[in-house]
Amino acid sequence: MQDASSKGSSVLTKLLYNSTWRGWLFQALVLLAVIAFFVWIIGNTVDNLQRLDKKTGFGFLDQIAGFQILTSPGVSFMGYEAGVSTYLDVFWVGVINTIMVAFIGIIAATILGFMMGIMRLSKNSIISAIATVYVEIFRNVPLLLQILFWYSVMITTLPAKRDQLSVFGDLGGLNKTGLYMPQPIFADGFGYVALAFLVGLVGCWLYSKMATGIQHRTGKRPMGWPVYLLLLIGVPLAVFFLLDRPLSWDIPVFNNEGPILKRGFERETGMVLKPEFLALWIALSVYTASFIAENVRSGILAVAHGQTEASQALGLRAGLIQRLVVIPQAMRVIVPPLTSQYLNLTKNSSLAVAIAYPDIVSVFAGTALNVLGQEIEMIFMMMMVYLILSLSTSLFMNWFNGKIKLVER
Amino acid sequence: MKLKQTILAIAGVALAGSLQAATLDDVKAKGHVQCGVSQGLPGFSNTDDAGNWTGIDVDYCRAMAAAIFGDASKVKFTPLSAKERFTALSSGEIDVLSRNTTWTMTRDTQLGLNFAGVLYYDGQGMMVPRELGVTSAKELDGAAICVNTGTTTELNITDYFKSNGMSFELVAFEKSDEVVKAYDSGRCNVFTTDRSGVAAERLKLTNPNDHMVLPEIISKEPLGPVVRQGDDQWFNIAKWTLNAMINAEEMGVDSGNVADMMKSEDPSMQRLLGTSGDFGKEIGLENNWAANIIGMVGNYKEIYEKNVGPDTPLKLQRGVNALWKSGGILYAPPIR
Ligand SMILES: N[C@@H](CCC(=O)N[C@@H](CS)C(=O)NCC(=O)O)C(=O)O
Repeated sequence: MQDASSKGSSVLTKLLYNSTWRGWLFQALVLLAVIAFFVWIIGNTVDNLQRLDKKTGFGFLDQIAGFQILTSPGVSFMGYEAGVSTYLDVFWVGVINTIMVAFIGIIAATILGFMMGIMRLSKNSIISAIATVYVEIFRNVPLLLQILFWYSVMITTLPAKRDQLSVFGDLGGLNKTGLYMPQPIFADGFGYVALAFLVGLVGCWLYSKMATGIQHRTGKRPMGWPVYLLLLIGVPLAVFFLLDRPLSWDIPVFNNEGPILKRGFERETGMVLKPEFLALWIALSVYTASFIAENVRSGILAVAHGQTEASQALGLRAGLIQRLVVIPQAMRVIVPPLTSQYLNLTKNSSLAVAIAYPDIVSVFAGTALNVLGQEIEMIFMMMMVYLILSLSTSLFMNWFNGKIKLVER
Repeated sequence: MKLKQTILAIAGVALAGSLQAATLDDVKAKGHVQCGVSQGLPGFSNTDDAGNWTGIDVDYCRAMAAAIFGDASKVKFTPLSAKERFTALSSGEIDVLSRNTTWTMTRDTQLGLNFAGVLYYDGQGMMVPRELGVTSAKELDGAAICVNTGTTTELNITDYFKSNGMSFELVAFEKSDEVVKAYDSGRCNVFTTDRSGVAAERLKLTNPNDHMVLPEIISKEPLGPVVRQGDDQWFNIAKWTLNAMINAEEMGVDSGNVADMMKSEDPSMQRLLGTSGDFGKEIGLENNWAANIIGMVGNYKEIYEKNVGPDTPLKLQRGVNALWKSGGILYAPPIR
């Protein structure tokens, strides 16, 4: 008996001194503690909510929402209407508005950022000074102030509702209530035009493969741009006219008469971008572009100067040196930090509430949450939205990064 | 409350041991009442030039402190936007919310809140620039309207325009300063909120006289203090602080004569001021709780006239907020 027990304890001590086993043991303990913590926290939350006698669950999603939401991409897309649409619709309105401003913000910030980054390296001292001032100003002023700045510039300096600043001649205009533009109305056949464009795109890709093949064999590349233009624009245009122009425009109507509050651009005509949207978009793009500009500059500077000299020695023109040698190498440095700028921009769009743009934080975690009071469920849904947006941006950027990174031979 | 704070507040609900247990004990332990107020609404809750909080909502919280500690200064204020106020209360960040908050059924029954009564009977009004030449809300078809996010205002205005078959554009900001700025700069044609709020915010406009308040009152907005549901003792203190101030006005006690009234032989006066009976003890306070409220803060009439009455910039007549004996609807249950 004694023998066995001492054997048993020696097995235990052996296990305890075995580092693999010990590792497992501690991991298991930590896991247990984490699980216990979550069980406790969930139980505690439920307890506290019950004591407060608060409603729980997701039943609120099919209740009817009784508030108006500002005209915005989400409202148009969901056909949102107060007193008819549900809280689930409110959620989607918010999601679409967040995605919309983040998406076009990312595009504008990238274009502006690359421009400023390249300008900052210009040999022309005026151009590089402009870019330097730009970066230093917009990078250092808090974003919320910039958003409020653009917004108050718009609502104080633009003409009032009954006036307009003509920007597209008779086709639209700009005033305190928004930027009015013609809205495209696609007729039945327009799908074919889009299809023709896609076909043209595939054609371009095939043609460029073929051109590269010919270049490798003969050393001469067949002509490029005219063929691309023909494929991308000519083909769809031909289809467009063949189908008797399946596209018309809804032009905003400007009223000079009638009841005073009805003057100005008529609701439901044309397409409108509200000043709340414009201010947020501009502020997010301009702010983020100042960081991207720095990424671009450091990316280009990271390409050893010898590369440029070697290309010059080969007799390449300046434009080609940039396009074929410097930029592709710089991109490897530029892209990874770009991802985090895109994520920042998306998250920063939640400052929308300051200027009444109905993004998800403002309209769902704000107005709707205040009516329903179900913080836990609603904040959870909102966090999932940001999580999914961030993860998909990261995934896309990782894929893109994989494509451009150095192919090791 | 920034998003981060909302999330922290939720974590508060998740982590707090027993949030509700006894607010009074917690308050006594920390030595002050934490009171949620607005971010600056003249007459209701606003900081003066010296940084002191003033207003009728603020005085209500001072009255609670006087009742609990016998010291009206034992109160700290947390400025909150409309959107963040309820989360702040249910998470325990504040003990009482006294922020021109409308008593509605949803808030009372679904949000885990209890309303302690009505401190100011109000209704929603609208303000427009005079130059529009509009004289009635019925002429507002097509207007752009600026409001605060997370208010009853936002919901009422949608109802009103829909039921009158009028179109409108709603521009909803979190901070009321932004609402006022947007209206002042002409982004909106209409500014709307509680009538008292319209009077208060109007003072912030560049030229208050260029704007007029329309005659229509489109809703009932009974504004009152709020506590968390589930703590009856604290709820009682909140209710009776308000009732004591209204009863004091009705019985003619104010901060000037309360010392004399302590000698009164009138039984109802003795019950109010705690010279007979154990009314204070029964709600966990000293028996002179109400005498402290009246002596240190005043009765209802005093705080009304000091903060929002005809002699203040807000110039609000008592109207329905007069005592039931003088043609109003202010009526507090008796202390007995
Ligand atoms: N009584 C309404 C509206 C309350 C409200 O928030 N009004 C605004 C506009 S007057 C306000 O108090 N703003 C002051 C601030 O946020 O500091 C409610 O309870 O929903």
